[in-house]
Amino acid sequence: MTAPAVALKAVGHAYPARKKSPAREALKNVSFDVAAGEIFGVLGPNGGGKSTLFKILSTALRPASGAAEVFGLDVLKEASAVRRRLGVVFQSPSLDAKLTVRENMEQQGRLYGVHGAELSKRVSEGLERYGLASRADDYAGALSGGQKRRVELAKSLLHRPDLILLDEPSTGLDPGARRDLWEHLKDLRAARSSTILLTTHYMDEAENCSRLILLDEGRLAAQGTPGALKAEIGGDVIAIGAEDPAALGARIKERFGVTPAQVDGVLRLERENGHSFIPQIVEAFPGLIRSVSLSKPTLEDVFMHRTGHRFWVKEEEAR
Amino acid sequence: MNFALAVASLWEREMKRFFRDRARVIGAIAPPVLFWFLIGSGLGPKVLQYYFSGTLVLIVLFTAVFATISIIDDRKEGFLQSVLVSPAPRLAVVMGKVLGAATVGFVEGLFFLVFARAVGFPAGLADYVWAVLVLALCALGLTGIGFCIAWSMESTQGFHAVMNLFLIPLWMLSGALFPASTAPVWLRWVMRINPVTYAVVGLQEALSPMRAGGGAAFASLSSCLIILAGFSAAILAFSAWLAGAGTAA
Repeated sequence: MTAPAVALKAVGHAYPARKKSPAREALKNVSFDVAAGEIFGVLGPNGGGKSTLFKILSTALRPASGAAEVFGLDVLKEASAVRRRLGVVFQSPSLDAKLTVRENMEQQGRLYGVHGAELSKRVSEGLERYGLASRADDYAGALSGGQKRRVELAKSLLHRPDLILLDEPSTGLDPGARRDLWEHLKDLRAARSSTILLTTHYMDEAENCSRLILLDEGRLAAQGTPGALKAEIGGDVIAIGAEDPAALGARIKERFGVTPAQVDGVLRLERENGHSFIPQIVEAFPGLIRSVSLSKPTLEDVFMHRTGHRFWVKEEEAR
Repeated sequence: MNFALAVASLWEREMKRFFRDRARVIGAIAPPVLFWFLIGSGLGPKVLQYYFSGTLVLIVLFTAVFATISIIDDRKEGFLQSVLVSPAPRLAVVMGKVLGAATVGFVEGLFFLVFARAVGFPAGLADYVWAVLVLALCALGLTGIGFCIAWSMESTQGFHAVMNLFLIPLWMLSGALFPASTAPVWLRWVMRINPVTYAVVGLQEALSPMRAGGGAAFASLSSCLIILAGFSAAILAFSAWLAGAGTAA
């Protein structure tokens, strides 16, 4: 049996108190596995623990408790063996603006032990594949955001890593560049059977993953395939806006025997055959209902279902 | 093999970054030479000669130490992060940076060293070889100090404050401006434990061995070299330790 690409065992981490901020528990007892060949998503609002998890996996941070393994190698005890198998793309750009694109790539390749003719060959191939050949001798500082991200990806692949880690790869990219990035990721997985782990706060991006976890306030809120997670909700999601949601909620419970969840002043119900339930509700409480909507469950619904609060509000609070 | 490759690659990066930036190439050498020329012109040829070694060390200080400031930018720009998660050993990362910055300082120093004969030093070829050796060790040691300071700094402004409050006084109390022989006893002790002193005195010794100047009684050329080599090795080891602390080995 081969070891999973990633195995987290009860990983926890807290940042100690600093002058300006109190101690913060960023990860709490998180465990999950990623099988080789997956495109695995870590979805969560900002401040949810994604970056901390990413730093631990990329060997940039020592976890305070628990153990993290990459292909069966401990990220702490066998850091240098782990590093050889990782291709890491950080959220913040890591290019040297004063070197050319080609020089940036060569620099990176050498740090991973690739050199000489083999390095030149791989750099040229990478530049070609990611549409950067015409910019090879321009300074990296002169590239657009999307181009820089492509260089980051291309250079992280020079040593042919088995596991590619990407921190918020789509942030700051326009829709076209995001689509391109995903084409590249899917190609990588198909052509080289690489394993890909990425963090994101985009729901639609998480939908593209073969499996994902939801992180909220450092806790693992859910894990599974996007389909399975949504199926867990079952049926449809009905959202009801009202002047007095609490009172309406109580009356719905009284009349229909279901307790709607109240999220930010909106009542939410999950039900089979939502379309036939809506007329009953609307007719039962004339005048009390301001709006009704019916939708198929999304990952955002899964998030709300599991955590009891909305995805985006958390981000504003976290700032 | 991979160790040398990583060091060479990071060293090469420092070279490219420095020599592509003409303002830095000139900015590091021009001010010390100007000070030297103005002060020396005002006080006469003897001072011009005495102040020569100190100027050489100041050039290295300005160049090498300022080259290490780039660590702060590397960290901010994310470049450092990608280096630290690569399999390149920590010592290789430190050595690439320190050797790169030291080379830059060393080369700038060499530009100035060729003027030694013009100001009347009787130095022969062998003396030059010794002077170059002192210069190289001086560049390495000063860069090491710069690295240790820059590593834990969050802003380049903070670095400038340290430069003015710590590094410039270190240079002033190195025999660059006045010899130990005319200094009060307490200052003489400060000069004795100041590693920069051995660079300045070493250069004075190498360039004018016959002259029984302020330096001659202070330390011999060979002891200067030994002290500088020891200091450079120690500060490099400390730098590597500093860079290794805090992340996964």
